[in-house]
Amino acid sequence: MELLEKILVQHPFLKDLEQKYVQLMVGCASNVRFDSGTFIYREGDEANYFYILRAGKVALEIHDGGRETITIETLGEGDVLGWAWLVPPYRRHADAQALELTRAIALDGKCLRDKCRDDHNLGYELMMRIVPLITHQLQATQLQLMDVYGVKK
Amino acid sequence: MSESLANPLLPAPYRVLRNQRNTHDVFTLDVEPVKKGNSPLFSPGQFNMLYIFGKGDAAISISGDPTKEQPLRHTIRRAGVVTQALEQVKPGGVLGIRGPFGVPWPVKEAEGQDVLLVAGGIGLAPLRPAMYTLLANRDKYGRIALFYGARTPEDLLYLSDLEQWRGRFDLQVCVSVDTAKRNWMGDVGVVTKLIAKASFDPSNTVALVCGPEIMMRFSVQELKKNEIKSGNIFLSMERNMKCAVGFCGHCQYGPHFICKDGPVFRYDQVQSLLGKREV
Amino acid sequence: MISKNESFSDALSAEKKVVFVAKKDLPALFDSLWTNGFRILGPTLGEGAIVYEELNGVGDLPIGWTDEQEGATYRLKKRDDEALFGYNVGPHTWKKFLFPPKHRLWSAEASTNGLEITEEKQVIQKFAFIGVRACELKAILIQDKVFLGGEHVDPVYHARREDALLIAVNCTQAGKTCFCVSMDAGPRAESGFDLCLTEVLKEGEHYFIVEIGSAQGAEIMANVPHSNETREAEKAIQTITAKTAKQMGRVMDTENIQSLLQDNFDHPRWDDVASRCLTCANCTMACPTCFCSTVEDVTDITGDHAERWRQWDSCFTLDFTYMNHGHARTSAQSRYRQWMTHKLSAWFDQFGTSGCVGCGRCITWCPVAIDITEEVSAIRENQTAAKPTSS
Repeated sequence: MELLEKILVQHPFLKDLEQKYVQLMVGCASNVRFDSGTFIYREGDEANYFYILRAGKVALEIHDGGRETITIETLGEGDVLGWAWLVPPYRRHADAQALELTRAIALDGKCLRDKCRDDHNLGYELMMRIVPLITHQLQATQLQLMDVYGVKK
Repeated sequence: MSESLANPLLPAPYRVLRNQRNTHDVFTLDVEPVKKGNSPLFSPGQFNMLYIFGKGDAAISISGDPTKEQPLRHTIRRAGVVTQALEQVKPGGVLGIRGPFGVPWPVKEAEGQDVLLVAGGIGLAPLRPAMYTLLANRDKYGRIALFYGARTPEDLLYLSDLEQWRGRFDLQVCVSVDTAKRNWMGDVGVVTKLIAKASFDPSNTVALVCGPEIMMRFSVQELKKNEIKSGNIFLSMERNMKCAVGFCGHCQYGPHFICKDGPVFRYDQVQSLLGKREV
Repeated sequence: MISKNESFSDALSAEKKVVFVAKKDLPALFDSLWTNGFRILGPTLGEGAIVYEELNGVGDLPIGWTDEQEGATYRLKKRDDEALFGYNVGPHTWKKFLFPPKHRLWSAEASTNGLEITEEKQVIQKFAFIGVRACELKAILIQDKVFLGGEHVDPVYHARREDALLIAVNCTQAGKTCFCVSMDAGPRAESGFDLCLTEVLKEGEHYFIVEIGSAQGAEIMANVPHSNETREAEKAIQTITAKTAKQMGRVMDTENIQSLLQDNFDHPRWDDVASRCLTCANCTMACPTCFCSTVEDVTDITGDHAERWRQWDSCFTLDFTYMNHGHARTSAQSRYRQWMTHKLSAWFDQFGTSGCVGCGRCITWCPVAIDITEEVSAIRENQTAAKPTSS
């Protein structure tokens, strides 16, 4: 537990979070590892966890019937994987696959969700940390969609 | 007075030694002057005007190694009439070349500092001579990192250079593509995302950025977020160019002529223009 | 001979001397120019206007003619005297001689073992411009900065400008679109000329006060009958040009104009002017300082011979900013803004001077009478840029 706490407080995601909330997060946290090729989750799965990546590489992938699977983003050390746990209907919207041996801290989103309902201050703190991740990802997606490196047809 | 005045509008003939394919739409031409003598010296970030018989000119950055005696090298993306014709040129063919023109990357000025190179797509071509120069004088610089974004893994340029650079312990190389199939084991996502992950001393770092304008704007935001000073960020700008020496007026960008005041600008020189439409 | 680092105006600032030449002796000036190998270019009637062409004698000058100008309006009108230079500037500018509208830069021959590129030889008979107005003189000095003042020298402009003799004429009247006073460009030609004429028609007399501005000007005058009576000449010139200065049809407030336009990039006036502007490029063709050009590469039918031609271009065309991924300036707003902001603001950054000399051609020759002085006022009166106030 002590080790988990140490790792968590150092992560930017929990920067300046009140001690009591850090404790609470630690209570919802566990160390996990995924071997290369493992699916951490798949599209449509219930989103009960999110992950603070410590090492390795994870691909977010979307597949479409007969077409080839496309990687839309890769995440690595320091990144936070998954935010669907916070937004109804709490379902994954892409596949997450470990591309190499990946170590992470899994946080029980379902448990945190309930705690946020009871303590809106905690809910606010978490929202203020998750929304920038979503925004950042949205901006990145916009850039990717623009196909800026392509030649105009 | 006329004796010392070289005509900057007159191309000199250069023979193509090699036409090498980089990707499906990018190729590299090696050329040397038809008349005996070495290719003119150039500085990283400068460009030449390449003329192909009867078709016209295109402004192409010089992408070879300025620290070595080698043919003049241009990496070109097929985009318009001139570049389409250049793509078809075979070894032995002759082009007209004017140059080198323009303000180079501040490679010398960056000595003693960390250097970040941020490249998007074909934007790696004008940065490669800068990288060669940095590596040839490796001990004069702090940390060096290259962030390179491309459309897909198939669009990546200079694979053997990248492989060699990756193998060095004194150089950080991060490559990311916008989208990839499942067989790509590298990073996927915008290139700007990589910047935050690099280690450098923001108070003593020079960033050289080259790519599509929008990618440069977002890169600058990220560099600024990482506390790199505006005066230490350099961008290579692009506009329509005809004469390359400030006579024709085409490449004007606010008060600047991209051809002679650039193409490399310090960010604070163009800051007020960058976000504006139709400058 | 003028070296690259020396401006033409410096070379011409020799001792200044003033003489008088009777109208009847003006042919001698033409003869002197011809004797000295010059081709005389100046004002003459043509195309329903007063244009600049080669002159074969004093008789080719627009004797007894003047013009009436307004926004989108130009009319020739007979004068009630025999003045030679009693008109205002017309649609032509001297740049058509110094920087020809279309010219070949070089030719290329394809051969089995390569490519021969041959520079266009600049064989030019020396130009003598007669009738250069103060605003035009300033425009020539501005174009000197563009084509000769930087690291590179334009060979076409240089060959024509190098030996060109400038005979200025002080304006004895101003037109309704004139505003050279606002631009500090006239109506009196102060320097940069070889000779400067002030035409005097008074009490049955018709003569010219001739200021000699260079050694070459003096040489030309040596063969022209003149009187050295210089008393009152300076006062006469001042009186005449002061009267002209009072007749300016337009005024432009140029205070802080460089930042005014930079700071009002998003001003609604650009939309307003764009609703009138036809992006026809007339203003840029008529402007004596606009210097933009493009090139065209052509081949003959055998495919072995190619040429590069350069011709005037305009920032009002869509293709001006073409890049492979699109055009930088697609809207009329952005193109008018580019032209005006370049002319009145960016020019200072680039060449240390305004790009406008107040000749008024862009107003007269605009088919919809857009008036650059009015556009500046509109932006000035209702600035969008937030200014700190103490209220």
